[in-house]
Amino acid sequence: MALRRHFLCLALPLTLLALAPAFADEDEWVPPVRHAETLKECGECHMAFQPALLPAGSWRAIMGNLSDHFGEDASLPPATAASIEHYLVAGAGRGDPSLPRITEQRWWRHEHDFSPGRFARPEVRSKINCAACHQGAENGYYEDD
Amino acid sequence: MKKTSPLLILFLISLSAPALAAGNDAARKDILDGYAAAVGPGFAGFSAERGRALFLGPHAGGKPETPACATCHTPDPRATGHHYRTGRDIPPMAVSVTPDRFTSQAEVEKRFGRDCPAVLGRDCSPLEKGDFITYLAGQ
Repeated sequence: MALRRHFLCLALPLTLLALAPAFADEDEWVPPVRHAETLKECGECHMAFQPALLPAGSWRAIMGNLSDHFGEDASLPPATAASIEHYLVAGAGRGDPSLPRITEQRWWRHEHDFSPGRFARPEVRSKINCAACHQGAENGYYEDD
Repeated sequence: MKKTSPLLILFLISLSAPALAAGNDAARKDILDGYAAAVGPGFAGFSAERGRALFLGPHAGGKPETPACATCHTPDPRATGHHYRTGRDIPPMAVSVTPDRFTSQAEVEKRFGRDCPAVLGRDCSPLEKGDFITYLAGQ
């Protein structure tokens, strides 16, 4: 049947299109940060992490406690903090909202299940320096390097 | 539409750099004037020398990891610094290298508000803030 064949011709590419972003999302790509205040304020001290790397609850917990940001004072004017939180929550991903650190999330630990010594290398310095190993990290690419 | 001469465009670009510098200088002066006013009646001018001593430290009272501004910014204000935990680059503090340093009141207050307690264990005084900026504006 001509109609059915046409449908199949369309269905296969459409299915692939629909699957592709989800597949990439989970494994190696997240939408990059496109928010000036987030890029500037978060990026002053570390890479501005993409919203999809933490669930909304974790972002809210982080943005609600900037005066003690993992031991650092990262205080911001309330309007700036609110704007950044809005952006992060709007693009939030999945995960355990009781864990504020990306590096505590189960998917992260699963993906980095190797000797902790790798993080101590001088060019890495800290687990939060994604770009030390993932060269495209700032643009959201986390392919295995 | 009348076509703009490429020469005119080049001329306008050549004008904009000094104009930006003048804007930065004016903004920095406004911030310094504000701190001078906050020092009060006994104010006798800011000191680049005192600013240098503040920058280099070392100080006691702050976090043990950050006893001086120079811990992260390096003792050379013209050099790129590094965040003490993440290693993230910090653009040089010297105005000669980073011309828009100390040109936003909000930005300046944000940084002093975070970094003085980390280095000194207390807020900086208006005199210290003015000394600090005066030192780095001359670097």
